[in-house]
Amino acid sequence: MPMTEEEVFENVQEVLVEALGVDDDEVTAEAKISADLGAESIDYLDITFRLEKAFDIKIPRGELVPEQLLNNPEYVKDGRLTPEGLVQLKERMTHADLTEFEKDPEVAKIMDLFTVQTIVNYVMNKVNG
Amino acid sequence: MRWIWIDRFLEFERGKSATAVKNVSLAEEHLHDHWEPYPIMPVSLMIEGMAQTAGILVGEARGFREKVILAKVAKAEINDLVTPGDQITYRAEIETISPEAASTRGTVLRNGEPIGEINLLFSHIDQNLAGTEFPEENFVFTGQFERLIAPLLESVDD
Repeated sequence: MPMTEEEVFENVQEVLVEALGVDDDEVTAEAKISADLGAESIDYLDITFRLEKAFDIKIPRGELVPEQLLNNPEYVKDGRLTPEGLVQLKERMTHADLTEFEKDPEVAKIMDLFTVQTIVNYVMNKVNG
Repeated sequence: MRWIWIDRFLEFERGKSATAVKNVSLAEEHLHDHWEPYPIMPVSLMIEGMAQTAGILVGEARGFREKVILAKVAKAEINDLVTPGDQITYRAEIETISPEAASTRGTVLRNGEPIGEINLLFSHIDQNLAGTEFPEENFVFTGQFERLIAPLLESVDD
């Protein structure tokens, strides 16, 4: 039976509370994983492992966080994503809302794309196909 | 010199679990400062003991090819004091292992009784997300660590 968004959200919330040591009420749908919940780079691996376990899914490297894209000079120039880079990001991050980011695709702001809702969307796609 | 915070491995199941012990002695100088009137084993050093037990387990799982670095203490809860004369047992198991990292769960026992949990996250730093390059030599796993598990690995290999 497919999981409802509410069920996915509750499980994602529990994962983030455990991984980041935050309170339930801080983990709102809009909360940014880094800026609001204080996640550092290693926490994304921790979150990935915990999501895999909580939802019994496999998360291939670069699927949830497309970090390899940022190491490619073809896709990043002067601290911003190139048009090609943006196309790549859109293809890989169908689970994120890129509307605001597209206006000024500064690499430093890329982590702001990761909200609790982004993770919920990603997991929904994974568990419900 | 390298501080080794485990005395001996008791069990070692490749890629799965490991158990090591540490005998706490008043001959250890740090206990005289922590604290002089009432020496107790610092919890930070128990975390290190677990990190060495679990870190060797994780390193061996990849044939010591990866540089395994403690990246995060996901949980550390010790509910009782450990004093000179006590024996600490660290039981670690690999929860997840991937090309770039591993997570472990661990139980800490004092004289055979569970007193806490230490869960850790290790990074295989050559596979790290930022793409930073590190020296080729594996500075994490040196002869001392390998000698600690050598007797148990022989029995695993048999």
